[in-house]
Amino acid sequence: MLNLTAVDWLIMLLYFVFVLGIGFALKRSMKTSKDFFQAGRALPAWICGLAFISANLGAQEVIGMGASGAKYGLETAHFYGIGAIPAMIFVGIFMMPFYYGSKARSVPEFLRMRFDEKTRALNACSFAVMTVFSSGISMYAMARLIQALHVFDGLFYALGWPQQGIFTFSIVLSAIIVLAYIFLGGLTSAIYNEVLQFFLIIAGFLPLVLLGLKNIGGWAGLKASVPVAYMHEWHGVAHASTNPMGIEIIGLGMGLGFVLGSGYWCTDFLVIQTAMASKNMESARRVPLIAAVPKIFFPFLVILPGLLAIGLPTPHTTTVERNINGMIVRDTNVVPQNVEEGRGLVPAKMNPVTGKPMFMANGQPLLDYDMATPNMLLHFFPTGILGLGLTALLASFMSGMAGNVTAFNTVFTYDLYQSYIHKSGSDKHYMAVGRWATVGGILLSIATAYAAINFNNIMDTLQLVFSFVNAPLFATFLLGMFWKRATGHGAFAGLIAGTCAAMLHHGLTLPIEANPGIHGGWMTVVHHYPSDMAQNFWGAIFAFGANFIVTVVVSLATKARPESELVGLVHSLTPKPPRAHDVWWKSPEALAVAVLLMAIGLNIFFY
Amino acid sequence: MSLDLRIPMGMMFTLVGMILTAFGLSTRGSAIYAASLGINANFWWGLVLLVFGVTMLLLGRRGQKRLASLPPEPVEGEVRRGH
Repeated sequence: MLNLTAVDWLIMLLYFVFVLGIGFALKRSMKTSKDFFQAGRALPAWICGLAFISANLGAQEVIGMGASGAKYGLETAHFYGIGAIPAMIFVGIFMMPFYYGSKARSVPEFLRMRFDEKTRALNACSFAVMTVFSSGISMYAMARLIQALHVFDGLFYALGWPQQGIFTFSIVLSAIIVLAYIFLGGLTSAIYNEVLQFFLIIAGFLPLVLLGLKNIGGWAGLKASVPVAYMHEWHGVAHASTNPMGIEIIGLGMGLGFVLGSGYWCTDFLVIQTAMASKNMESARRVPLIAAVPKIFFPFLVILPGLLAIGLPTPHTTTVERNINGMIVRDTNVVPQNVEEGRGLVPAKMNPVTGKPMFMANGQPLLDYDMATPNMLLHFFPTGILGLGLTALLASFMSGMAGNVTAFNTVFTYDLYQSYIHKSGSDKHYMAVGRWATVGGILLSIATAYAAINFNNIMDTLQLVFSFVNAPLFATFLLGMFWKRATGHGAFAGLIAGTCAAMLHHGLTLPIEANPGIHGGWMTVVHHYPSDMAQNFWGAIFAFGANFIVTVVVSLATKARPESELVGLVHSLTPKPPRAHDVWWKSPEALAVAVLLMAIGLNIFFY
Repeated sequence: MSLDLRIPMGMMFTLVGMILTAFGLSTRGSAIYAASLGINANFWWGLVLLVFGVTMLLLGRRGQKRLASLPPEPVEGEVRRGH
């Protein structure tokens, strides 16, 4: 199925060489820990902006959005429209002045400055664990995909190595490369490679979308090939039963937009670290806004392959009979069962034990949506450009890992090591700790990737636990930055309350087609949701609400910090940043309005 | 930072573009392009990447020259010997 030739390997090799080369070239610029952990706080806005969205463009986005597009259609674009764009505008205009202005070296450090030590400790510990875990998942997913696409099969066969070694090889290869370029160049290296990956994804996926659209007959052809609901973002959102995702508008707006979107884009150090690496406050504020522009248009690149995959005709075993000079010749093109039982280019999931396709409760075959995008690549790309497409996929996995590892080494060194283990070391000492933390982080990621093979349920469980921890976060930052009365006790209590609320909600509710357990309802089922997405969103709303209320109540009951200590950390106590530009259209506010108008326009177009 | 990203990025895309364009030329009319609807995807996309790579290189060189002409920034934490 996959025939990689020398050209494909050459392109892949070239990418690895450049990635390492950038790391080596940056090594001599790594003079202080500020250079290593914070890229010297000297990077231009456009680089940080592209790295900002690229940090998020890991395996989850590229493969996952393709899978969502195949499963739900254009409504997936909501993830961008409602979730990300407003959150990015908000963090750029309103939150960056505090993140950047406080000179905090990490998000947990900001929490210590604004609240207190225990709030920082809670956030630092949970974040460190989550981010190393995410890195391991990226590694695992990449190795799995390499196996599924048989990328290295030919190579291993030619070298006489056993095929079972491919998984380990993929993991070790990605680990060594990421470790090398971060060890050498720190955050700058990670950011530079994230920008490189951004352009690679465009280079790999734009031709795919163009070819796919041409094949299916353009936009009109696509519309005719997929269910009507797939092509409209907003149709039927008034009620859960009238749209593919099963969510109604309040759940969509509040859950997706406000809480989940903001929770990630406004508080996750993985992306915030790229903005904090900017060279000045104006740049830092513009970074999320610059990032929002490609974010508006990216849906086309990553969701459309999924839609196209479902819309294309399903391959079937065909026999062509020909009569050549009296001799009857039958040409049979055999299509594997999992492909035939699938839909379009999306194969059915096969039961590994029985070798037969798996079925859902309604008798339809269960589809392996994750294969939508990779199968599109294999279907349309000849050798040569195929190497480019595969490299783009690998790049997105690896830069996902890299962002997590740099976030980990910063939080570990500054928020855990320096705060609790060794408070007054030299700068060189902390740089060394950071480098060793990088090694440690990668090793932990590898361990996670291997654990994932054996304990798939634990993986899902842990991811669930992390979603409980993330859901309430945004409320804490919102109150911290805009309400001077919020106290450390309030924040700490609120975070715990929010997480508990998320857990409770999950334990008490269940999506309609699922069984109690990992999908919820493990306490008792009080309410059913039409889909697990809906359950997710409402859980986020409850978590946010609980955090908000508890933080407010406990803050009012505890002593506030003197206002003098909070200058620069709270909106009402911070002088407005001076206007650095005399050109009004370059200001962050103008950029924000432009982004907002673009996003609204796009939503109207796809109504 | 002393390294303008556009230079290594431009170099990489120029090289990839050249490889794809050359490969596309050498496999003109081959059966492999049945998958890409008969279009010589390697050649055309290789050209696009080549143009992009060269543009980045030029922009990067210009940016690097501008960086080099700025006065040296003070570096924190560096021990200055002999002063």
